[in-house]
Amino acid sequence: MDEPLVRWDWIARNAGTIGGLLGDHMVMSLVPVVVALLVAVPLGLLCSRWRWLYQPTVGVTNVVYSLPSLAVFSLLIPITGLAEPGTVIVPLTFYSLAVLLPSVVDGLAAVPESVRQSATAMGFGPLRRLVQVELPIAVPVVLAGTRVAAVSSISLVSIGSLIGRGGLGYLFIDGWQRTFPTPIVVGIVLTVLLAVLADGVIIFAQRVLTPWSRARSAA
Amino acid sequence: MTWFWEFVSDPANWSGPSGIPARLLEHLTYSGVSLLLAAAIALPLGLLIGHTGRGGIVALVAANAARALPTLGLLVLVILLIGYGVAPVLIPLVVLAIPPILVNTYAGLRGVDADLRDAARGMGLRGPQVLFRVSIPVALPLILLGLRLAAIQVVSTATVAAFVGLGGLGRFIVDGLATKQYPSTAGGAVLVALLALLVQGIFTVLQRVIVSPGVSGRVPVGKAG
Repeated sequence: MDEPLVRWDWIARNAGTIGGLLGDHMVMSLVPVVVALLVAVPLGLLCSRWRWLYQPTVGVTNVVYSLPSLAVFSLLIPITGLAEPGTVIVPLTFYSLAVLLPSVVDGLAAVPESVRQSATAMGFGPLRRLVQVELPIAVPVVLAGTRVAAVSSISLVSIGSLIGRGGLGYLFIDGWQRTFPTPIVVGIVLTVLLAVLADGVIIFAQRVLTPWSRARSAA
Repeated sequence: MTWFWEFVSDPANWSGPSGIPARLLEHLTYSGVSLLLAAAIALPLGLLIGHTGRGGIVALVAANAARALPTLGLLVLVILLIGYGVAPVLIPLVVLAIPPILVNTYAGLRGVDADLRDAARGMGLRGPQVLFRVSIPVALPLILLGLRLAAIQVVSTATVAAFVGLGGLGRFIVDGLATKQYPSTAGGAVLVALLALLVQGIFTVLQRVIVSPGVSGRVPVGKAG
C-alpha cells in the first residue's frame, strides 16, 4: 500500500471532529462505569449481608456479561433507538456491573472478622462501622474491579459504531470505507491512551483513598 | 419475538453458504482457531512467569494495555495493511484472547500457597514436577476462568468479522442493519448470544469435571485456613 500509515496533515485538519468523537467516547464509556459503581456498592452490601442473594445475582450478571455487545446493541435498537448513546450506555452499564458486583462482595468479605469486632467493641454502630471501617478496607479490591470495567468499557464503545454511535469507533468505519489508515490509527491510539489515562486516575484515587497502604510500605 | 420466529422459520436461512449452519460453522472456526492460537501463546507464557515469578509486572502491564485495543479498529487496520482474508481476522481475535488467559494463569500460579510448594519439594518433587502435579491442579479454577473469559469474548467479537465482508453469525446482524431487515439482525444477535451462553455452560461443566474436588471445595479437606 502506497498510502502512509499516518497523514499528519489530515489529523491537523480534522482535530475538531476527532476531539468531538473523543468526548462522545468518554461519556459513553465512563458513564456506565460510574453508574455501575453506584449500583454495585448497595447491591454488594445486600449480597454480603444476605449471602443467599449472592449466587443468583452473580448468576444473572454472568449471563448478561456473556451476551455479545453487538448482539445486545442490535436487540436494543427498537427500544433505545438507532445511533443513540443510550443503546450503547445501557448494555455497558450491565457489563460493568457484572465485573463490579463480585469485586464489592469479595472486598467486603476480605475485611477480617477481628477488625469488625474491634470496631464494634470501640462503640461503632453498624452504619459507622460500614462507612469508616469496612468500605475503606474494601477499596483496593473494588477499585481493581473498576479498572477492569473501565478498560473494557472504553474498548467496547467502538463496537457501537456498527449501529451508528461508537465514539472513536466512527474513525474505524471511516478509514475502512475510504481505504485510508490514518483515522484508524488515530482511533486505536486515542482509545488506548484514554484507557491508560482512566487506569491512571483510578490508581491515583486508590492512593488517595488508602493512605495507610503507602504509610505501611514506607515504614 | 415474532421477528425471531420470522428469521428461523424462513427456509432460505437454513441452506446454502449463507444459511445458519454454514454461518455457524464459520463462526466456530474463527473462534476455535483464535482461541487455540491464543492459548498456545498465553498458557506457556503464563505458566512460565507464574512459576518463576520473573517478568510478571512487564507481562501484566502489556496484557492490560492490550485489553484496551479496540478489536474493530485492529481488524480494519490489519486488513488494510496486509490484505484481505481469514488469517487477518484471526490476528485481532488472538490479541483479544491472550490477556485474560495470561493474566489469570499468572494470578492462579502466584496464588498457590507457598507452603504447599515447599511441602511438594520436601516430598522430593523437582521444579517441573511441582508445577505440573501441584501448582497447575491448584491453579486450575483460575486458569479455566481465563480460558472461559477469552472464549466468550472471542465468540462475541467474531461477529465483527462480518463488517469487513467475512462470514460468521455477524453476517446476519451486519446485513440486516445494512438492508434494514430487522428480523435478520435480531435473529443473528439471538444466535450469537445463545452460542456465548453455550460456551459459558460448557466451561461450567468442564470446571466441575476436571478440577480436583479437593481444590474446588466440593469435598471438605480438613480445616480450612
